[in-house]
Amino acid sequence: MSTLPNAEQLFQQLCQQIKPLIQENTALIGIHSGGAWLMQRLLDTLTVQPVHGTLDVSFYRDDYLQRGLHHEPKPSNIAFDVQDRHIILIDDVFYTGRTIRAAMNELFDYGRPASITLAVLINRGGQELPIAPQICVHHMQVAQNQNIQLLQHADGSFYLELEDC
Amino acid sequence: MKIHIKHGRLIDATQSLDRVADIYIAAGKIVGIDKAPDGFQANQVIDATGCVVSPGLVDISARLREPGFEYKATLESELTAAARGGITSLACPPDTDPVLDEPGLVEMLKHRAKQLNLVHVYPLGALTQKLLGREITEMCELTEAGCVGFSQADTAITDTQVLWRAMQYAATFGLTVWLRPEEPYLANNGVAHDGEVAARLGLKGIPAAAETLSIYQLLSIAKHTGAKLHLCRLSTAEGVEMVRAAKRAGQAVSCDVSINHLHLTDMDIAYFDSNAHLKPPLRSQRDRDALRKGLSDGTIDAVCSDHTPVDDDSKLYPFAEAEAGATGLELLLPLTLKWAHENKVELALAMQSLTHKPAQILGIPAPSLAINSDADICIFHPEQAWTVSAQSLLSQGKNTPFLGYEMLGRVTHTLLHGQIVFNAQHV
Amino acid sequence: MEVSILNWKTADMYNPQLDKDGNLKHLLTIEGLPKKILNQILDTAESFVGVAEREVKKVPLLRGKTVCNLFFENSTRTRTTFEIAAKRLSADVISLNVSTSSQSKGETILDTINNLTAMHADMFVVRHAQSGAAHMIAKHVAPHIHVINAGDGRHAHPTQGLLDVFTIRHYKPDMHNLKVAIVGDILHSRVARSEIHALTTLGVPEIRVIAPKTLLPEQVEKLGVHVYHDVNQGLKDVDVVMMLRLQNERMAGAMLPSSQEFFKTYGLTPEKLALAKPDAIVMHPGPMNRGVEIDSAVADGKQSVILPQVTYGIAVRMAVMSILAGNPS
Repeated sequence: MSTLPNAEQLFQQLCQQIKPLIQENTALIGIHSGGAWLMQRLLDTLTVQPVHGTLDVSFYRDDYLQRGLHHEPKPSNIAFDVQDRHIILIDDVFYTGRTIRAAMNELFDYGRPASITLAVLINRGGQELPIAPQICVHHMQVAQNQNIQLLQHADGSFYLELEDC
Repeated sequence: MKIHIKHGRLIDATQSLDRVADIYIAAGKIVGIDKAPDGFQANQVIDATGCVVSPGLVDISARLREPGFEYKATLESELTAAARGGITSLACPPDTDPVLDEPGLVEMLKHRAKQLNLVHVYPLGALTQKLLGREITEMCELTEAGCVGFSQADTAITDTQVLWRAMQYAATFGLTVWLRPEEPYLANNGVAHDGEVAARLGLKGIPAAAETLSIYQLLSIAKHTGAKLHLCRLSTAEGVEMVRAAKRAGQAVSCDVSINHLHLTDMDIAYFDSNAHLKPPLRSQRDRDALRKGLSDGTIDAVCSDHTPVDDDSKLYPFAEAEAGATGLELLLPLTLKWAHENKVELALAMQSLTHKPAQILGIPAPSLAINSDADICIFHPEQAWTVSAQSLLSQGKNTPFLGYEMLGRVTHTLLHGQIVFNAQHV
Repeated sequence: MEVSILNWKTADMYNPQLDKDGNLKHLLTIEGLPKKILNQILDTAESFVGVAEREVKKVPLLRGKTVCNLFFENSTRTRTTFEIAAKRLSADVISLNVSTSSQSKGETILDTINNLTAMHADMFVVRHAQSGAAHMIAKHVAPHIHVINAGDGRHAHPTQGLLDVFTIRHYKPDMHNLKVAIVGDILHSRVARSEIHALTTLGVPEIRVIAPKTLLPEQVEKLGVHVYHDVNQGLKDVDVVMMLRLQNERMAGAMLPSSQEFFKTYGLTPEKLALAKPDAIVMHPGPMNRGVEIDSAVADGKQSVILPQVTYGIAVRMAVMSILAGNPS
């Protein structure tokens, strides 16, 4: 088994790449749960806080009829006007692209953003839709029967875990 | 037809009989026990090894649904089921359509039953015309036509003046009045015992007081008018206690309990099982235990099937709207055996609640294994297990709260007048 | 071998709302539902509350599904909230008032259900005047169909019970420290029964029912409630007051002499409410009879959460529908 990259280092790189993009009209949105954690840690490093929110795409997933609503969804929290904003959408792992499709569908139900930029920590391969992140700090191949997950220690620091699914 | 029943356990408490012996039947009568009469040549030998040979069972309440409700059951289907249940005599309540309030209807029913020749049928006549509780019926004429008692089935007489007169009139001729004690206003629209289950399920309750108030009223009127009273389908502990007290005080009253109330409680309604919609309602465990005890100590004279075949469509309604009633002819014996086993009642004693005691209530000759008695006989295997299902019942009524339950005890042969009217091997 | 009669039938005592994996298949009553499922519904509803505040108040979960509102008993309010909930989930919705159509032609409930199943309905929302109607329907529908009980006789109104506890949880998050009073016609109330089961399952330690003896079921205390006949004692120090609607036909008769006397003895006035905790909330399932069970000053007062109840009702019904439709058949 290959050793997993250091999540904290990846996070620092992600911050470096996102920060220059933040303008007056930018909004950060983290996808539950990994993306939301990344966004929160990023905000902690910023002196000027851009508007921000979180998305839970449970209600927009395309596998609902196969898998149902089994885990308890978290409320999406977007307390600003999405209309004409430049959105930076943050997630931990990019895989098939289906979560991002669901997130974009949900975002458009809030309004019409000026642009959406997708920033992720890892692209694990296995893309199934014509959707790809503009910012990605690490590429790796993860087998189909495995899952790579971003987790948080009690002190808030990140680590990665590979598990069979 | 000469029949030799071999090696059966003969049980007839009235004859102090409980032992394994052979029994011989000829020309519709019992002609010998242990030893065949001289020159007896059996046409048929029944090996009853491991089986009980008992006088035929007497069921004092079985609805046959004729006339008027042939889509629920027919005389033929239900009498076949009765024979399968080991029953050789049964009484049917008058709530047919038309109601059994005219001698012609009773004669017709008797005639049809006689033609089928499966079970002796003893109709109960209506106490009031059309069971409406207003004008009394021609009780003497009806008795002549074959009625053995007078009943209101499930309809109460609300006018106490009419009730009083009806019992006076019946008393004049020594006729028995059969009434199910239920105060109609308290029971109005109720469908379940007024207790925890009804509270939980939001079903309209019938308080136990509906039964006790009515028993009090009926016992008082019977006492004053001198009428012979039979209380049908007791369901409450207090009711049993009232009958016990009345009997102790010397009042001539009899009563019965149904197989359903002997075993089940309102908990068996579970999630609105319309098969458990019964009249009277299934009550609490305390009530059920009192009924079981009342039957063992003789306060309750007989157990009956309260057989009420209901078609599936009439059960496919929400609980309250579903028609009340359950099939029971084929369950009478195994459920009585179960009660006897659980309450540690001797088999010979238990069989009395199914044979000579109900016969006494009906005022018909008690079935017996005595020499020269009519050979109305039930042979059953007391340990044979079977499961209640629509397929395993011969009755056209397939609905019972016991669906899916395992029963112990099954009839192998039923004889009526020395003729085999049911043989399990031929089902 | 001695076999106890009660154990005889345990196989049949299964909870007909759950599939063999313990997932919710139908919502018929709150009784017997595990706390985990109640919390799943409430937590999911939490997420749906936000959907109503957005530009587009719809999510695509039930796209292509047909929800059939089948009301054998009229109720514009409840039917409307279910319609809105289904539409916000992008379902196609058919609403039928059966009381006014086929039932009068002698068609049975199951005929109606089978006809609609043949038209490819996926979910039935059923209201019926008889206790147990939803159970009966659930027992006989095709296996892929989900049934939601929108009120059956006096038995249950589970979505109302859920939205009530959702509202309580919103205002009083510590459910383990609450005293809740339910006031009025408990006997005929499916809402009260569902509230009692929901509160009990979620661990509310003290539930009181306050009513005259004529409006209480026999042995109601076996449901786990404390019985009060005196409203002043019953309301003392409670955190939540849930009023029930008194049906018109019960206002005068053998159970109550008049609506005036009921208002005087049990109606919620500011004076009586003052006996509860100062921050107590007041709830009512609607529609209210002002001046019968509740004084306008209380209904419109600052302790009233009656309108938020309606709002949350939609989110709770969306949660129930999306959890049911997502559970594979």
